[in-house]
Amino acid sequence: MNGRKGGGGRGRRDGGQRRSMFRRRKVCKFCVDKIDYINYQDTKLLLPFVPERAKILPRRISGTCARHQRKLRTAIMRARQIALLPYTSE
Amino acid sequence: MNLYELVYVISPDATEEQVAELHTLVEQTVQGAGGTIDKTENWGRRRLAYEIDRHREATYVLELISGVGDLMAELERRLRVSDMVLRHLVVRVDEENARVERVRARRTTTTARRRAARGLPPERQPGEGQRSDNEDRDREERPRVEVQS
Repeated sequence: MNGRKGGGGRGRRDGGQRRSMFRRRKVCKFCVDKIDYINYQDTKLLLPFVPERAKILPRRISGTCARHQRKLRTAIMRARQIALLPYTSE
Repeated sequence: MNLYELVYVISPDATEEQVAELHTLVEQTVQGAGGTIDKTENWGRRRLAYEIDRHREATYVLELISGVGDLMAELERRLRVSDMVLRHLVVRVDEENARVERVRARRTTTTARRRAARGLPPERQPGEGQRSDNEDRDREERPRVEVQS
């Protein structure tokens, strides 16, 4: 029915095939800032990785490398245990 | 002997004395098992991220303890018994600390070596090599889904 054009709402995409958008290169925050130990007590650091619903932000969005994502995950789970971070919101 | 980090969350109904009492309980347990408390930190009252027993805030205390695993098991058991303690968490930190130190040491030696290879002084000089921030110009977009029908 509908052509390729103008699908998917926002974002000014011109026509189908072209992937011309500039996409910011995603880099691992922990590698860049040289954070070796992701401390579960540091809520300021962890908060950007648990947006709105308090779910852990996937690597595909945040760009965190595999190693640091693993560490981040344990840190977030620890923080949740002692109510420094929510399991869920609402 | 290992190094442990203990954080416990005390009900906001607890008085100052009760908080102190808990600390002595921890202290006695640790000493009884031949361990030592290396550091105690009272974070005071903090907002809880979620409600626990209808409480919205609570007192946090952090203790750094060196001791053996059995001690921590006993300590945890006692903390579970106390009804003033809403939550507690024990994390073993010595291994992780050692790892972090190794990583740091390796980084300083590699940067020093690389800098020496470029004919620079081994340490970073003040005001050197600022990162350009134009990378941040394009904001990350949500992943787009192309719907084909």
